[in-house]
Amino acid sequence: MRSLLKIDDLVVEHRTPGRPVVRAVAGASLEVRAGEVVGLVGESGCGKSTLARAVVGLNRAASGSITFEGEPVTPLGLRRRTMTGVQMVFQDPYASLNPRRRVGDQIADGLRVAGDTASSPADLLERVGLPRDFASRHPHEFSGGQRQRIAIARALAARPRLLIGDEPISALDASAQSQVATLMRDLAVSSGAGLLFISHDLSVVRLIADRIAVMYLGRIVEVGDTAEVWADPRHPYTRALLGAIPKPDGMGVLPAELPGDVPDPADPPSGCRFHPRCPLVMDVCRTKEPEFGPVACWLHGPS
Amino acid sequence: MTLAITDLKVTIGGKDVLRGVDLTLEAGRVHGLAGESGSGKTMTGLAVLGLLPHGSRVTGSVALEGRELLTLPAKELNEVRGGQVAMVFQDPATSLHPMLTVGRQLTEHMRHHLRVGKAEARERAVELLRKVRIPGPEEACRRYPHQFSGGMRQRIAIAVALACSPKVLIADEPTTALDVTVQAGVLRLLRGLCDELGLAVLLVTHDLGVMSAVADEVSVMKDGLVVETGPRSRVLREPDHPYTRTLLASLPDAEVS
Repeated sequence: MRSLLKIDDLVVEHRTPGRPVVRAVAGASLEVRAGEVVGLVGESGCGKSTLARAVVGLNRAASGSITFEGEPVTPLGLRRRTMTGVQMVFQDPYASLNPRRRVGDQIADGLRVAGDTASSPADLLERVGLPRDFASRHPHEFSGGQRQRIAIARALAARPRLLIGDEPISALDASAQSQVATLMRDLAVSSGAGLLFISHDLSVVRLIADRIAVMYLGRIVEVGDTAEVWADPRHPYTRALLGAIPKPDGMGVLPAELPGDVPDPADPPSGCRFHPRCPLVMDVCRTKEPEFGPVACWLHGPS
Repeated sequence: MTLAITDLKVTIGGKDVLRGVDLTLEAGRVHGLAGESGSGKTMTGLAVLGLLPHGSRVTGSVALEGRELLTLPAKELNEVRGGQVAMVFQDPATSLHPMLTVGRQLTEHMRHHLRVGKAEARERAVELLRKVRIPGPEEACRRYPHQFSGGMRQRIAIAVALACSPKVLIADEPTTALDVTVQAGVLRLLRGLCDELGLAVLLVTHDLGVMSAVADEVSVMKDGLVVETGPRSRVLREPDHPYTRTLLASLPDAEVS
């Protein structure tokens, strides 16, 4: 499969006057191929969203590169951009839709960008499972799940080759979550686009992703096929994440708690970033950062 | 039996939301309430507290240690709400007041319900924050909700709910908005508090894994009715009702176990 999105050693920094520079993404590499669903998981504050925002050009890369179909991604400016092949669905559909415009008009923006005169906003609403006559309504008339479907329709209208979902399900009611996630997967895959799906909900990612990337404190610590990672997680952090999911076996076993908190990204620990919380910490972990993949851990050193 | 719900029926705008729910909560036990959204889980929780939307009609009975709650006048119900029955909501980012300090939110209802002085309330607030394992509780009292992470906020919301030593705690999807690693901590906390303080907990969740981890009894709801109730291990391992079996079979882990 050809590479659609290639992120290479990306660094994104947040600068606030009077505060130390926060490296939200500190050297992450990831690849998304056409027609593939990649799930990016990690605890809140690990830099998942910053990474996604850098991919669409909302955050400027401090170093490293992002290429989409071989072209470097440039930061978004005021000018109309020509690169509309990447579209994003944001976390909060209450904030990402314009409350003063009809949803049909908002979807039509995407169609115009793609030069699509054949389909109408109503067709797109139908594709995301909403009635055609919703196009003439305003966002406040819909529930959270419906709004997120509208946001997905708007993103798809521009015929993206890469769709990015930045926690698109976490603002939704629990039972609408897997429906919307599966819908995103189906629509992306059926149109041949790649999907980078960001979520802290591992069970949903497992349901829809072909490959899974685990992020911890600005770095990607493990990448692999979803089934493989699930069956045999190799990085101690991935193990801790998966071990924390309670199993519905009726045994009343409380899930294992990962000791400590996520360290401050402004002042990351030396060596491996996970070493203060790692149960299998060795001497080398405290001093040298494991800069290799697919499992960035000294226990699974480069061969 | 601390709280007994019998034949609870709720109608909102001509739609039957609950069609005769029976549940009993006992002190020191966690009662899990499972089911899809729209099955009436949350409405059951809200009905106990008299927080149903305007224009809803309620029949049946909700009895707290023999005292009927549904027919209580508003003034007396206010004494029960937050005092004897407390609730923890799904999203700690919206259930805490963004412009009040944590200390204020912890002490306000305590002073109202328990009629304690400012200093004493403050002391209790610090103790509560310590109980839910917030680091630096004295300092935390002076901070605002946005200065805490999601897991910490939910711990604070639990502390707020526990402030007046309630007999019944209703937790509506308390860990759904949290990371799994944080969820593990909050679940351990809930279980620990239930055992230690003899709370009767109604845990509303769609996550059968969470249910299996902390609940003693499990009830499964569908279309406003409880279709199955029983001890956790029996309901999750040998479900009687076909709907419970479908729920369990639809889990991604189903083929593995």
